[in-house]
Amino acid sequence: MSDETSLTLFQQQEANRRRTALLVIGFVVFFAWLGFGGDYIYYLYTHDAPRAAYHHTFPWFGIVLSLVAVALARYAYDTGPEKVLWSTGAREVVGPSPPDPKEQQLVNVVEEMAIAAGVPRPRIWIVDDPDPNAFATGTDPLHAHVAVTQGLLDLCTRDELQAVIGHELGHVKNLDVRLMTTLAALVGAIALMHDGASRVLRPGRGSSSEDRKPSPLLLVLLVVWIISWILAPVIAQLLALGVSRKREYLADAMSAQFTRNPLALASALQKIENADAPTTHIKRGAAHLCIADPLGRRLTAHEGLFADALATHPPMAKRITILRGMGYAQLKKEGGSVA
Amino acid sequence: MGGSVILLVLIVVVALWVVGAYNGLVSLKNQTLNAFKQIDVQLKRRHDLIPNLVNAVRGAMDFEKSTLEAVIQARNQAVKVNAAGPEGIKQISQAENALSSALQRLMVVVEQYPQLKATGNIGQLQEELTSTENKVAFARQLYNDTATQYNTKQQQFPTNLVAGLARAQPADLWEIEDQAERAVPQVDLSMKPKP
Repeated sequence: MSDETSLTLFQQQEANRRRTALLVIGFVVFFAWLGFGGDYIYYLYTHDAPRAAYHHTFPWFGIVLSLVAVALARYAYDTGPEKVLWSTGAREVVGPSPPDPKEQQLVNVVEEMAIAAGVPRPRIWIVDDPDPNAFATGTDPLHAHVAVTQGLLDLCTRDELQAVIGHELGHVKNLDVRLMTTLAALVGAIALMHDGASRVLRPGRGSSSEDRKPSPLLLVLLVVWIISWILAPVIAQLLALGVSRKREYLADAMSAQFTRNPLALASALQKIENADAPTTHIKRGAAHLCIADPLGRRLTAHEGLFADALATHPPMAKRITILRGMGYAQLKKEGGSVA
Repeated sequence: MGGSVILLVLIVVVALWVVGAYNGLVSLKNQTLNAFKQIDVQLKRRHDLIPNLVNAVRGAMDFEKSTLEAVIQARNQAVKVNAAGPEGIKQISQAENALSSALQRLMVVVEQYPQLKATGNIGQLQEELTSTENKVAFARQLYNDTATQYNTKQQQFPTNLVAGLARAQPADLWEIEDQAERAVPQVDLSMKPKP
């Protein structure tokens, strides 16, 4: 519990800070490449044009696109948590004592886990969906949100709910939420930009100059540039997949550390697994934030090439096995101390 | 020339390490203190809650006066303790553990009277009580984890060389004094999955 976990906790936080920064930088650089690449192609294209014709010498596209990317990244980072919550239609549980006993229990459990994790109490939200699921979002422990579905509240016992909240607060404490929320917001921004840009790009502008023969360099650049545009959303999606799988095991372990009750999380995961329905309120963009894949669990049932390429979450059976192992090790240790 | 440069680099590296280790210890010390304050906050919360709880069940529980009185007495005892230092921790934890076990007995008694459970807000009170006990337990757990980490750090080589400089003292852990809590629970070692 002591030295190693804390060291790795610090390292995890550092790694998440660094990865978030890299993600934002990568996002801006990507848009700069699209902009300045487009400028360069246009420059080569108009280079041999007659004197009176337009010569593209000032990199307007690049400058504008880079500035837009910086503004978008900033906006995505600042409003990411809001947007994620908004996209699921979650409602906030307000006040220290809501009238509904289940909600009261949720508030209590979140407060307890916040104490165990040593983080401030996050804001609490409920997604009105019958499928059991939960997610956390935010930029740091001071600005964090935890959301659970109505289905989870109805299905889980107090201990199981506690374990699930412990898992989510694990994501909050090691700053996974920052990386995953920023990623969700940037994926959204890229999708938006892509839709807008394809509409702008489609009507060909250079159709009047078929008489000139473009240089091979120009052609290669053009192809790479267009491929970048097409691939942008795919790359963003792959990033989201790669980011989330390993983290789930880690957050499971942190939940066990907070509750000292890994078997409760195992049985909660089992219940979530058995309720094999998609969480319809949680869309693809926020899928990697959830405790279980909201898009249905067929993909996460197996670990293999196919699942590795497509699943945002590790196989549930494996997570449950690991947690059970922890639970039995704990029981054994307690039993062993009798002697 | 080359020798002096190497020496200089060595000195700088050692100095940087000392600064890092010192700051690490100070940060852990403050975390430990903060975790201890958290226990205080939760204990205070519990003290404030108990009078309400007792009032809520008093009417229906005339026949269990002794249980209620034990709770009130333990609560007042715990409020009175206001000591500092290592001795203080021991005193506080003794009083609080007595209160915990008094509350536990009350919970058991409440469970035994179905007509008491039937009156709506008992369920709410039970939830409130469970949550309060959990909060105290988790605050202690966090304190013990942080303090253990702090203690380990200041005893481990080579950080122990800086421990004196950072005026690091081993922190006392919050121990379970109550015999009932210390007793080992029944454990099934057959390694069968729980039903």
